[in-house]
Amino acid sequence: MNVTEEKINGFNILFVKDERIDAHNSADLKDFILHMIEQGQVNLIVQMENVRFVDSSGLGALLSGLKHAEAKSGKLSLSNLQNQVLSMFELTRLNRVFEIYADLNEVFDNEG
Amino acid sequence: MNSTTNFQVDVIIPTQTKYLHLIGSIGEHIGRDLEDFSGDRDALAYHLNLVLTEATTNAIKHSNSNDPKDTVRINIDIQEQELIIRVYDHGQGFDLETVPKPDFEHPKENGMGLFFIKTLMDSVTYTKQEEGNILEIRKLLI
Repeated sequence: MNVTEEKINGFNILFVKDERIDAHNSADLKDFILHMIEQGQVNLIVQMENVRFVDSSGLGALLSGLKHAEAKSGKLSLSNLQNQVLSMFELTRLNRVFEIYADLNEVFDNEG
Repeated sequence: MNSTTNFQVDVIIPTQTKYLHLIGSIGEHIGRDLEDFSGDRDALAYHLNLVLTEATTNAIKHSNSNDPKDTVRINIDIQEQELIIRVYDHGQGFDLETVPKPDFEHPKENGMGLFFIKTLMDSVTYTKQEEGNILEIRKLLI
């Protein structure tokens, strides 16, 4: 799993560089997120601009991260979802569970 | 003139998740190239990518993991008005009817794969046979 983390304006932002999240790399993403949360970075933004495809295991990895963040009184939000990827969240109603932002500027405006 | 030609794609892969990208990409290309499909071809391409990925993942999960030579066969049959995906596995199989629907009010990390297949396609059957199980998925192209 190709991811990078950056701290911008006080937000812990995880940039997913892979175009595809499926059962081959979703466990790595899940572990990466859980590791960040264990390190105390409980307020996370996952920036998904590069992600063209996500399957059920990818949604599961993000949901796992959200639950772990919330368990530590934190939050995991998403930004820059491509249309087809967003439609997977809508189909599973997970768009009601995650805070989903158009881009990072919207994150900074709303969560700052 | 009808430009669609009936054809089949038959792939046999080892039971390893690194091949999911390949299988999904085949579905995506097929969806995008169906010139006679009047619906949203981008959505169809994504859905075929997703359904093939989920069905193959499912077959790998149910495969005989102790056998390094175990394989999953994926057959995609493109006809004029229908696309049929058949995924063959050699595992113990499962009962399609007893797989619960996801609970949207209390979402869980697992169990969304078959929901996607059932929701995005027109029919799904799973047949257990001695020589291998077949997950058959049909999508109308009209």
